[in-house]
Amino acid sequence: MNDQIRRIVLEHVRLAIPAEQLHDDTDLYACGLTSHASVTLMLAIEDQLDLEFPDHLLKREVFSSVASIAAAASGLQAVAAP
Amino acid sequence: MSVVPTIGSAAPAQRQFLAELLQAGLLIDGGAPGLYGRGPGFERVRLAVDGLVDRIAAADLAEPLRFPPVMPRRHLETSGYPATFPHLTATIFAFEGDEADAAEQSRCVSCGEDWSAYQRMTDLVLTPAGCYPVYPAIAQREPLPRDGIVVDAGGTYVFRREPSQDPARMQMFHQRELVRLGPPSAVAGWRRTWLDRAIDLLTRLQLEPVADVASDPFFGRQGRILASGQREQALKFEVSVSIGGEQPTAVASFNYHRDHFSGRFGIRSQDGGTVHTACLGFGLERITLALLYRHGLDTSGWDDPLRALLMLA
Repeated sequence: MNDQIRRIVLEHVRLAIPAEQLHDDTDLYACGLTSHASVTLMLAIEDQLDLEFPDHLLKREVFSSVASIAAAASGLQAVAAP
Repeated sequence: MSVVPTIGSAAPAQRQFLAELLQAGLLIDGGAPGLYGRGPGFERVRLAVDGLVDRIAAADLAEPLRFPPVMPRRHLETSGYPATFPHLTATIFAFEGDEADAAEQSRCVSCGEDWSAYQRMTDLVLTPAGCYPVYPAIAQREPLPRDGIVVDAGGTYVFRREPSQDPARMQMFHQRELVRLGPPSAVAGWRRTWLDRAIDLLTRLQLEPVADVASDPFFGRQGRILASGQREQALKFEVSVSIGGEQPTAVASFNYHRDHFSGRFGIRSQDGGTVHTACLGFGLERITLALLYRHGLDTSGWDDPLRALLMLA
């Protein structure tokens, strides 16, 4: 999951650090993720992982790192699984 | 097709207050919900509030700039507004066609039929907030001096497509805006100073203001993230007072945009440093309404200190 999220982040967000320095716990906002870009990122993750973040996860902090996004997204997939 | 708007709900006390304002000739029914003429008594108070802000703002040595309540559509597009506030984006349409089209438009009008087919989107939009024309205007200039500048955009009409029976929710109203552009620490400090000034001002007007962190009415699910970020970073404060609603109504807002506008419009500093912006807006009609609600519709009955503060003769 973390690798998938990392790939989507690198594809959709222009970060101020090279790709190899993007770790799971890297603060994306500190690396140039704007509020507006976090919306683009949210939509890309929903599209590519075929899930929908519920309202309580549509918060700035959820999109602050690869690990945080992966935690939220895996929770959703677990719920969706039979 | 033309659209029949959804009318926003209003508390009984708000509808009652609106009826009293119309009855007293303070507001004049403009023919659509949230659209009003202003009677002489109302305008006297509104201009007095504007004058009070003038006197407080004098300390800032702000540069007075004025803009019409219409702006180029491309400037609104550059600001990102249509993406974040699609529900409040209001473009101007106008006739485009030949004589046959004009005749057909005229026929549709007289028959009460839809005539929108003869109206095309123009290169203009209605200004949604008084500060929006300021950024492209400043971007045209030489880079900012190192300490930045303050612009006083005056009390300009702005448009919000939010028809309502609540007199405090007008579709077109005056927003008294000031904008600070400059180094981040100066901009953040300026916003803080003005929040304190506004609380003091509204306290002296005996309106019992309440200040709190707030968020803009962003649209949809994506708006939730933006609103959460805005609150988490305390980018927006509002000061609210009672105008008959169950909750106090916001009458002033203090907004820190960081590099949102300076980045999008390319506003630079002479020393090459980062430029941030902040704006503040006083809702002149809302403060006027709050005064009339709190102190009575007849201003001659207001107490002397209040009349003196507002310089009402």
